[in-house]
Amino acid sequence: MSMENNTLLSEASRADIDRWVAKYPPEQKQSAVMAALRIAQEQNDGWLTRELIDAVAEYLEMEPIAAYEVASFYSMYELSPVGKHKICICTNISCLLRGSDEVVSHLEDRLGIKLGETTADGRFTLKEVECLGACVNAPMFQIARDYHENLTPEKIDAILDSLD
Amino acid sequence: MVTIEINGKPVQAEQGKMLIEVADEAGITIPRFCYHSKLSIAASCRMCLVEVEKAPKPLPACATPVNDGMVVHTRSPRAISAQRSVMEFLLINHPLDCPICDQGGECTLQEMALGYGKDISRYSEAKRVVGNPDLGALIATDMNRCIHCTRCVRFGQELAGVMELGAPGRGEHMHISTYMEHSVDSELSGNVIDLCPVGALTSKPFRYSARPWELTAHFAVSPHDCVGSNMRVDVRRGKVMRVVPEANQIVNEEWLADRDRFSYTALNHPERLTVPMIKQDGQWQETDWDTALTRAAEGLRDIVQRHGAESLGAWAAYGASTEEHYLLQRLMRGLGSANVDHRLRQQDFRDQAAQPAYPSLGQAIADLEQLDAVLLVGGNIRKDQPLLAQRLRKAARQGAKIMQLDAVGHDLAMPLAEQSIVADLHSEMLGVLKALVSEKGEAAPQGLGEALAALEPSETQRAMASALLAAPQASVFLGNLAAAHPAAAELRQIARELAKLSGARFGQLAEGGNSAGAWLAGCIPHREAGAKPSTQAGMDWLQMCEAGLKGYLLHGIEPELDCIDSAAARRAMNQADFVVAISSFAGEGLKAQADVLLPQATFFESAGSYVNAEGHWQQARGCVAAPGEARPAWKILRVLGNLLDLNGFEYTSVEAIHSEMQALFGDVAMLAGEDWQAEQSWRPPEGLLRLASHPIYRVDAMVRRAEPLQATRDAEQAVLRANPATLDVNGLTGATQARLSQGGVSVVLPLCEDETVADGVLLLPSGLDEACGLGAPFAAVQLENVD
Repeated sequence: MSMENNTLLSEASRADIDRWVAKYPPEQKQSAVMAALRIAQEQNDGWLTRELIDAVAEYLEMEPIAAYEVASFYSMYELSPVGKHKICICTNISCLLRGSDEVVSHLEDRLGIKLGETTADGRFTLKEVECLGACVNAPMFQIARDYHENLTPEKIDAILDSLD
Repeated sequence: MVTIEINGKPVQAEQGKMLIEVADEAGITIPRFCYHSKLSIAASCRMCLVEVEKAPKPLPACATPVNDGMVVHTRSPRAISAQRSVMEFLLINHPLDCPICDQGGECTLQEMALGYGKDISRYSEAKRVVGNPDLGALIATDMNRCIHCTRCVRFGQELAGVMELGAPGRGEHMHISTYMEHSVDSELSGNVIDLCPVGALTSKPFRYSARPWELTAHFAVSPHDCVGSNMRVDVRRGKVMRVVPEANQIVNEEWLADRDRFSYTALNHPERLTVPMIKQDGQWQETDWDTALTRAAEGLRDIVQRHGAESLGAWAAYGASTEEHYLLQRLMRGLGSANVDHRLRQQDFRDQAAQPAYPSLGQAIADLEQLDAVLLVGGNIRKDQPLLAQRLRKAARQGAKIMQLDAVGHDLAMPLAEQSIVADLHSEMLGVLKALVSEKGEAAPQGLGEALAALEPSETQRAMASALLAAPQASVFLGNLAAAHPAAAELRQIARELAKLSGARFGQLAEGGNSAGAWLAGCIPHREAGAKPSTQAGMDWLQMCEAGLKGYLLHGIEPELDCIDSAAARRAMNQADFVVAISSFAGEGLKAQADVLLPQATFFESAGSYVNAEGHWQQARGCVAAPGEARPAWKILRVLGNLLDLNGFEYTSVEAIHSEMQALFGDVAMLAGEDWQAEQSWRPPEGLLRLASHPIYRVDAMVRRAEPLQATRDAEQAVLRANPATLDVNGLTGATQARLSQGGVSVVLPLCEDETVADGVLLLPSGLDEACGLGAPFAAVQLENVD
């Protein structure tokens, strides 16, 4: 570990991480690891490089592998590049009963990629996820921090058209 | 205390203790995989589920604290059914490749499956397949067999102090692995082999070479460091197949350092000496024992007759057995020379007469865990005495303040409360002493007033002093680098005063495996066996070098590699007319310098006793016969004694020597040592200072030849290290290699920028092939750019 890694985390990211670190006792800095990894991921177009995980581990004074355990445990962390817009489609039971397979096939047809893939222009990634807790308005998907619910092919087209 | 009932039997237990511990103490076995008494509780395998009355479902015994009136059933239908169900799940992804698995026959999963498994699996789907990370030369991996108990992960985190293995991924995708393919480099890594309850982590050198049921167990004591770890040596058909720890809670607990575990791999090294050899006209010839011994005896006698007995000297290995040390010094003193020494990694002997009976830890090894403050001076305890570091690490986890005062900021893999990295250990220690004196408001200790008068302690020095003073249990330790210091006697004096003033204990982390035994046996020039002053004056090893002795008897050493001042050793050997080497190995260096080579049995092949740093005297009986003509050294020395017509060399067994020594030693702690005072006169020489001590895998002839150990990261030592500021001062910024010159000898080696090295210091360890012929540590050296 060298100090170089920490220049990987931008000043804004570090300030943001510090806010989270402050919420925990000083000897338990690593409690902020989940927030710190999220902040690092947002800084890097939505995915975590090995160097970034190292940098977070060093910043929080923990072993790199312990940070990697967290990064590889939660599906919200991406360990390889993703498109500009990551479309997280719920295919869990409620959404499935309400037609999530149609949502998937419509997206796959429109974007020309399968679940888990990214379009060649790097704009869209399709990701299958488990229940996001919006069963009441199933089917749904999430893009960035927004939930889109009661999806129909028309609505999906409108949502995608509105994205840059 | 509470009373609980297990399987109808009332059991007294401490409130809050875990059920599995209570059951273990009561002799009731509960199956388990992830639970280990020395590790934190994970409760991840669920194998230890038991029925507790009034609990709605079975509870894991490892994570269930006992309460008064608890009624537990470990063998009820409900408990058994829970255990069998867990076993069924564990076996779902297990490959059941026992016939080709090294763990077969000593596998916890295999044993448990016999008791709790079904004959036929109900699982017909595909099994999980995971890759096998390459963990380096010591540990083989078959991760499909892993049951995710995480013992290896917890061992790294909690005991080795470095989390090298982890469990990334989730659920089905969880696997044990390093972070992005790298080897496991901990000096304690081999312990995960024992901890692994299945065959996922096995010993690479032992792989596919024997089955556990073919092996017979023998006991041995490791002579590679001053812990004296107990080892179980597994032997098949007269060959050592592997080494595993023999549990001894007061010494090594259940652990072994990798150095102890894998040194056996050198036993059949091509440089193993198996036939006596004599040099005829510069050519080595194999011969028989009679010829070789007669030649040795004649040569030694010839030196005595022509130059006097005082031109004869003997150097012994730190790790030789106490019996060997004893016989060697008896032989030398019998010939009329007290020039006998084993302290080949020290250079200051001024205080030797005032030293205690042996370099002692000053406390029991197990007590290290209870310390509240520790000042470690000069030495990488983590690599030099790995299991002592492990004890301190436990103390550190409980909040002990570990303080490092060194010329290199070694990573000790434990949190440090204070750290001071300076080239001049001597004045730094004086600073701490001054701080202590001021804090207590007392007068300076006798003889140190002048040295302390002008000092103004730094903040770190004050903090160290306060921590020592405030701690109910504190210790000051001198490590291997401090022992190799040119003013080591002064450092010992200061350390003793520090301890005295702060109420701490003073301990020496002695080099080698049996330095204590050597001191007690009289393998030192100034004392005979049992710490009696020597009747004739003898020279320490550096004085022998200085005096240019004519004849040497070497015991288990390679002078240029084993001596801290390789240049002096080389000169001494070149000046000698006749050199007899009793040795298990003979490399080119020894062959160039010796005239007679007598093949010696290693500690695996010979009985002997060893005294560890706390004064614990342990006996081993040997495990296998030595190869070829090699013989136990006590027999070689006995016959030499006979051939030289010395009295009292009629021993018929090693036990006879042992009981003779026992009578002489009396109480091992007989001599406490006296105060010793010197003018504190040491000043570092001008210019760049070279630091050197023997790295972990260079400490003795056997370890140096253990190929798996030599393939580890810790063996990569032939590098010049200095910090950026030092490199800048010497005009070497950005250079990739440099020429180091010390005392007319120079070497060109790769150069590495290392922030942990103190200013004005260059680190190049001793004991390396590349460092042969270079002088002692803490001497001025020159560094030149050769890019």
